Amino acid sequence: MPTSRVNETGLRLDDRLERLRLFGLSSPAILLILVVLVIPVGWLFYVSFVGADGQFSLENYQRMIDRASYARIFATTFKVSFLTTGICILIGYPLAYFMSQLPPRLASLCMITVLLPFWTSLLVRTYAWLVLLQRQGLVNDWAIGLGLWDEPIKMVHNMTGTLIGMVHIMLPFLILPTYGAMKSISRDYMKAASNLGATPKTAFWTVFFPLSTPGLFAGALMVFILCLGFFVTPAVLGGGKVIMVSMKIVSNIELFVNWGAASALGVVLLSLAVIVLWVASRFLNLDQISGGGH
Amino acid sequence: MKQKTLATIVASLLATTAMADGKQVTIASWGGSYQEAQSKALFEPAAIATGIEVKQESYGGMSDVRLQVETGQVTLDIVASGSGSAARAGAEGLLEELDYGVIDVTDFYPTLYSKYCVGGDVFSTVFSWNPEIYGADGLSSWADFWDVEKFPGRRAYRGGVAGALEPALMADGVAPEDVYSVLGSEEGIERALDKIRELRPFIDVFWTSGAQHAQLMKDGEVDMTTGWNGRFDNAAKDGAKVTYTFNQALLDYDCFGVPKGAPNRDTAMAFLAEISKPEYQDDLPKYITYGPTNRAAYATGVIDAATAAALPSSPENAALQLPISLEWYAEWETIAAEMYQEMLTE
Repeated sequence: MPTSRVNETGLRLDDRLERLRLFGLSSPAILLILVVLVIPVGWLFYVSFVGADGQFSLENYQRMIDRASYARIFATTFKVSFLTTGICILIGYPLAYFMSQLPPRLASLCMITVLLPFWTSLLVRTYAWLVLLQRQGLVNDWAIGLGLWDEPIKMVHNMTGTLIGMVHIMLPFLILPTYGAMKSISRDYMKAASNLGATPKTAFWTVFFPLSTPGLFAGALMVFILCLGFFVTPAVLGGGKVIMVSMKIVSNIELFVNWGAASALGVVLLSLAVIVLWVASRFLNLDQISGGGH
Repeated sequence: MKQKTLATIVASLLATTAMADGKQVTIASWGGSYQEAQSKALFEPAAIATGIEVKQESYGGMSDVRLQVETGQVTLDIVASGSGSAARAGAEGLLEELDYGVIDVTDFYPTLYSKYCVGGDVFSTVFSWNPEIYGADGLSSWADFWDVEKFPGRRAYRGGVAGALEPALMADGVAPEDVYSVLGSEEGIERALDKIRELRPFIDVFWTSGAQHAQLMKDGEVDMTTGWNGRFDNAAKDGAKVTYTFNQALLDYDCFGVPKGAPNRDTAMAFLAEISKPEYQDDLPKYITYGPTNRAAYATGVIDAATAAALPSSPENAALQLPISLEWYAEWETIAAEMYQEMLTE
C-alpha cells in the first residue's frame, strides 16, 4: 500500500510539473492574446459606457435605439454579408469541385488564378471594379459597342457594385477551405457508392457533399464574419448609399467628441458576430470546422 | 561648457535674435499638394524672415489633437484645420484662444477668423456641371441644380452634412441671408432634408472626399455635382469637362489653430501673425487655387487680375456667396449630421 501511494504522489507531482511547463511554453502566446485582444476589447467595452460628460452612461446605446438609422445600418450590414456569402457559395462551391476533380497540374494552375487576385491589394481591386463598371467604364463601353445594350447600365455606386466587389474579394476565402475538404475525400468512396448502385447524382449528394460541408461551412462562416467589418469596398463601390457599420464607426468618431459613441457600435457588432457564431455552432460542429475533432 | 557658451554667443551675434533663442514651432497640416502649397507660400518664407525653426508634419485632423490634449502629450504647436471642425474643437476646449493682439487681422474678412482659429485660405463649395451637356453658362442657381426637368442628368451630392443643407434651402427659395436662421431649429433642418429627399432619386453618388467628386466629373460618371472649387480647377486642367460658378456658393475657409497646452504657444502666435500678413498670403494662389483670407493680399500687386477673378475670396466672387456660419456648425452639426444620416439610410 505505501509504495503505491508514493507512486501516486510522484505521478501527481510529475503531472503538475508537466502542466506548469506547458503553461510556461504557451505563456508568450497567452500574454500576446491578452495584450492585443483582451485588453483592447475590454477597454472598448468600458469606453462604450462612458458618456460625453465622462460619467457612466447608457447614452451611446440609447442613441442606437432612438435613431432609426442605426437599425437600418445594421440591417444593411447583415444583408450585404448574407448576400455576399450566398453568392460566394453559389460560385465558389462548383469551382472548388471542378478544381478538385482536375489532374494535379491543371488544378494547381487553377489555384494560382484563384490566389493571384488574393495577393493584390484590396484597394486596388476595389478601384479596378469602379473603373470597369462605371457609366463610361470598360464593361458598358464594350457592351454598347457590341450592341448588347443601348444605354449605359448602372452597375456601380449601388448595392450591385458593392456585391460584385465584395464577392470577388471574398471568393478565395470560401474556395480554399472547401477545396481542401474536397481533396481529402477519397475517390474510393464515390467508387464504392457506384458499386452499390448509386447514380452519380445520388453518390454526389449522399456521399461527396456531406463530406465536403465542413470545409464549405468553414469558408462561408469566414466570409460572413469578414464581411461584417468591411469598409473600403462598400465605401468606394456603394456610392454613399450602402452604409455599413464600419463606416458609421468612422463617422461617429468624427462626429461625437468621445470614443464611446464609436465603441458602442463596435461592441454591438462584436456581440452580433458572436451570436452568429453561437447559432452556427448549434447546427454545425465547429470543432470539425476548425479541424479539431474527427 | 565654455566652448558651448562661446558658440552660443557667436551664433546670437551672427543670427537674428529669434534664432538665438532657439525658437521653433511644429506645424501639422493635411499633406499632399495642399501642404506643399502652404509650405512654399507661407511656412518656408516666414521661417526665414522670423528665424523661427519650422518642423512640419501631416496629421489626421482634430481627432489627433484630441488624443494629444487628453493624454497631456501635446507636441503640435500649430494645426491646419477646416473651419467647422476647428470651431467645434475650440468649443471642446482643445484649442488655445488666439491672441489677436499679436496676430493682426484688421484687413481680414470679418467672418474668416474666430476665437480659436485664424483663416489661412478660402475655398468655396460650389455646384459644377459638364459644359458639353448644359453649356458653359448652363446653371446659375441651386434651384437649377434641383430642376430635373430643365436640366435632366445624373447628380452627385455630399455624403456628409457639412455644406449640404444650405444649398437645399436656397433651392427651396430661402434667401441666402436667411438660410442660417431657418436652419436654427430641427424643423428647419428637416425642411432642408426634405428638399434633398426630393432630389434623391436623381443623386447617383453621395461623395465623401474632394478627390472623389473631382474624379466623378473627370470620368463622366455624373453630369453635375457639388464640391470644392480648387478640385474642379485641377480636374479641368487634367482635361475633365467641368465648369462651375461662385453664384450662391458657400464661402468657407481653412484655418490655423493652436492646440491647448502647445509647447511653444507664444512662438506659435508670433508665427501665425507672420503668415497672416498679406506678403505671404499673396503667394498662395501660385501653388493652389485657393484665395487669401487677408483682404490686403489683393492690394500687393502679386495676384494679377485674371488670377484674382478665379479665386473664391476675390471681392467680386465673395459678394456672390454665402459665408459659412461657424456658430451654426458649433451648435447644430452633431444633431444635423445624425438627421442627415437618417435621410441617407432611408
